[in-house]
Amino acid sequence: MHTTNLATAAISRESDHSPAKYDLARTPLRELNQALHNVQPGSNGTAFEVINPKGSHAVAVGVNAPITVDVRGSVGYYCGGMNSEGTITVHGSAGPGVGENMMSGTIIVKGDASQYAGATGRGGLLVIEGNASSRCGISMKGIDIVVHGNIGHMSAFMGQSGHLVVLGDAGDALGDSIYEAKLFVRGKVKSLGADCIAKEMRPEHIAKLQELLDRAGVKDVKPEEFTRYGSARTLYNFNIDNAAAY
Amino acid sequence: MKDKSLEPQLGAMLSEMLVSLTDRGPDSAGIAIYGPARAGRGKITIQSPSPRSDFSGLAAELSSKIGAEATITVNSTHAVIELPPAKLDEARAALGELRPSVRVMGSGDTVEIYKEVGLPEEVVKRFDLTKMAGSHGIGHTRMATESAVTTMGAHPFSTGPDQCLVHNGSLSNHNNIRRELKREGMKFETENDTEVAAAYLSSKMAHGMKPGDALKHTLDDLDGFFTFIVGTKTGFGVVRDPIACKPAVLAETDRYVAFGSEYRALAMLPGIEEAKVWEPEPATVYFWEH
Repeated sequence: MHTTNLATAAISRESDHSPAKYDLARTPLRELNQALHNVQPGSNGTAFEVINPKGSHAVAVGVNAPITVDVRGSVGYYCGGMNSEGTITVHGSAGPGVGENMMSGTIIVKGDASQYAGATGRGGLLVIEGNASSRCGISMKGIDIVVHGNIGHMSAFMGQSGHLVVLGDAGDALGDSIYEAKLFVRGKVKSLGADCIAKEMRPEHIAKLQELLDRAGVKDVKPEEFTRYGSARTLYNFNIDNAAAY
Repeated sequence: MKDKSLEPQLGAMLSEMLVSLTDRGPDSAGIAIYGPARAGRGKITIQSPSPRSDFSGLAAELSSKIGAEATITVNSTHAVIELPPAKLDEARAALGELRPSVRVMGSGDTVEIYKEVGLPEEVVKRFDLTKMAGSHGIGHTRMATESAVTTMGAHPFSTGPDQCLVHNGSLSNHNNIRRELKREGMKFETENDTEVAAAYLSSKMAHGMKPGDALKHTLDDLDGFFTFIVGTKTGFGVVRDPIACKPAVLAETDRYVAFGSEYRALAMLPGIEEAKVWEPEPATVYFWEH
């Protein structure tokens, strides 16, 4: 197959196997995102490279095919939002909402991530090789997030399912009002949010954590070094003794 | 600026930062710039809705009224009056009598403040901001939420000598605080919440508090969302409320310290690839001084 079915031709592609290169200093963002959305099943043109992002918003949002996107530099809000099947690597830092509502695939941030990384994510793997800011994994619904560094306050707030793995420390109010998301923190937790407690590491948790560390390319770190946190489930049902508070 | 050789480029750098964030707030824009101090001269930046009639003859009238030499440099709707620092208060009072429609944007030894309704690009052009030099400066582009889109409602707000404040967020107890500050004798130009925060800080500093400590007190007394950037004669500071929803990014190299609401504003700064880039922690005061 060739690439004539793309709505807009890429700026340069040396051969079918070299990535199509988009220079955001010269090409409008919509042209890039449209080209990513236009990739047809079976297409050979599945590798993309983006240069000069300079903090642009919504880079590679809505990817819906098993493509690779390498972004050379730092991005702004919502990079890789709603990603399905794509492998997006940010060779820099990411602004707020990286991988928001991601469905599947992989997003790797080589630098730091701002607020609410992976918010409401339903699936896939989000790896942040630096630190993540506040509200990481807020309302997560099945996504797996691995942070090599630290995470900020209010992370995994109301997390429903999926896993948040933190190799460093967690900020205040971790896992506030959490449902069934599983949190693994290797360092210190500044404070736990309402209804979030430390839990025992059973063999299935060790195995799952090892799998996540392997997939995230983490070496020399053992699952046994982590503490698991999750819901005490005391907020699941209304407690009549609290009626006076309402 | 840490590297003095960058000072002539301050206006150009700030202008570019401001324009890059146009889509965050397109209704008005402003800049506070701290230029070189001239011994024996203070500055008052004024604004007028009818600059031609208001500014003509003003220097002479003001000079005779205060009994000291005042000069005036007109820049579009704004003008900078230079005069002996001891005469600043007297001159502000005299301006009210001589030109009732003139508004004071700010005063002090080094600060000049320019702000108007319109896109950042238009404001930059109107005042030729790219040519301005200085040791530090603060720009702001506004999306109004709490009060009217007017020149006086634009940021930065200046409520004390060489002080200014810009704000992203909204305060919920500003009416109470404004009443308390009015009782102290502070004057307000607008119904704007940010002006209250600026006056709150000016009041604390007038009582001898250091700027960093005054910022710390906002965490106890101001209720609402905020990322504040405060400018003083010698430096600038940053504080975010404890929830820290409002974005903030800092960048530091051995040549400068820069702040932006997001990385886009910093992306064009020299050497940004090698800069230390980080987000200020919630409820933590940062301050840099020359």
